[in-house]
Amino acid sequence: MTTLFFWIFAVVVAGSALLAITRRNGVAAALWAASSFIGIAGVFVLLGAYFLAVVEVLVYAGAIMVLFLFVIMLLNLREADLKVVQGPRMHVGGAILGALFLAALVWTCRRSGLFDVPVGAGGPIGETGTVAAPLFRDYVLPFEIVSFLLLAAMVGAVLLTKRRLS
Amino acid sequence: MTYVLGKLLHIVIVAGAVLPGVGAVMVWAERRVSAFMQDRLGPNRVGPAGLLQPVADLLKFIFKEDVIPGHVNKTLYVLAPVMSLVPALVAFCVVPYARGMAIADVNVGILLVFAISSIAVYGISIGGWASNNKYSLLGGVRASAQMISYELALGLSVVPVFLIVGDLNMEAIVRWQKENGWLVFWLFPAWVIFLISSYAETNRLPFDLPEAETELVAGYHTEYSSMKFALFFLAEYIHMTTASALSVALFFGGYELPFVTLPQGVWGTVLSGLIFFAKMSFFLFLFIWVRWTLPRFRYDQLMKLGWKILLPASLAIIVLTAGGVALRETLK
Repeated sequence: MTTLFFWIFAVVVAGSALLAITRRNGVAAALWAASSFIGIAGVFVLLGAYFLAVVEVLVYAGAIMVLFLFVIMLLNLREADLKVVQGPRMHVGGAILGALFLAALVWTCRRSGLFDVPVGAGGPIGETGTVAAPLFRDYVLPFEIVSFLLLAAMVGAVLLTKRRLS
Repeated sequence: MTYVLGKLLHIVIVAGAVLPGVGAVMVWAERRVSAFMQDRLGPNRVGPAGLLQPVADLLKFIFKEDVIPGHVNKTLYVLAPVMSLVPALVAFCVVPYARGMAIADVNVGILLVFAISSIAVYGISIGGWASNNKYSLLGGVRASAQMISYELALGLSVVPVFLIVGDLNMEAIVRWQKENGWLVFWLFPAWVIFLISSYAETNRLPFDLPEAETELVAGYHTEYSSMKFALFFLAEYIHMTTASALSVALFFGGYELPFVTLPQGVWGTVLSGLIFFAKMSFFLFLFIWVRWTLPRFRYDQLMKLGWKILLPASLAIIVLTAGGVALRETLK
């Protein structure tokens, strides 16, 4: 049963991700990306990581993608506007960046021994408590620094859009 | 296998009969109560006291011509009402509406409700966009901006509940209240924020800005008619039902009564369900009462209230509650 559901969610995640990067319509692409996030949440549930699953939907599908959708809907791009950012250079550059990111991801996972852990052997991974303890006890300083980084980015964005500072 | 079949039956009964049933009665109640408040009678012709009016409305919705305007994005236009209704139905699944009767008794409980209702924004914003009409688009954008803003205050207003109870599970929160008293007495300001935010989340008056006749026609569902409109309409009423049920379960003791121990067995479960239903009905009535009493906010007032008053206030309550809980732990 679990294997069957895993494959269903895996197909949803991979298929939606593919559709998200191939759709020309921005709104459709954003919706497929959201569907991919919901599939990932399903995989988290199968692993017993309920908290992570809920946060995945709440933050990524429910907040970030909605804001993306917002911007896309308001910009209302036409095909002609997109021509500027197309062409072989964009494709090659994108492929190289994607491959680099994948390599970095695989390398990190191998180094941390994540691939050697059998499924379901980790105990209650992604429970509310097991997520909170490292975040607010062991790694509280890095965590706070990262949130300051986000705050700086936000203030910067507001500053850029404000023409007059009165 | 019997477990799976039992669960499926449970889901079909709750999502297919109980929730739409409550929604239908709410539509009737809304019209009757508003009529009484305005010294009218309201619909009283179909069935006893007009109770069968929703059935007549439903028949009309079904037999009405299903118009899909030529200028819309067809796929998303058809999908949007469904994307609006499904999260509304699913969000109710973790609510323990009688003793041990939540469809999904998961340990992240209430967070799941927020996660699912955060997806409900898609139906409305996509409906507005796919209609390809400036009033619909503006209505959809307004609705989603409002829902995203008040989701924050709504989510933060229940954090003190977890801090005090120490558990996200809804059944555990109800049990805690049985032993220590209703949480509304401990966290009255948090409940007020929860109530106000849930009115904004469900797009109800005094926050029903998404459909403003004078400026936006009917907002995101301007281009919708017949059954598709009915799905949007039903989704709003089911969201109200879920919001009322959450208010009962988180702040008003859920299906338990203070000072009374319910009997074990089937009768105790039935009784607990009736108690929950009675409490929930009061909050549903409150929705109607408020709608026909208060005038609506202006949009900038709405945003100011959400971001500058409710959000800081709920953060302050979290800090105070956390301090209180920490003090309790150290004194122990």
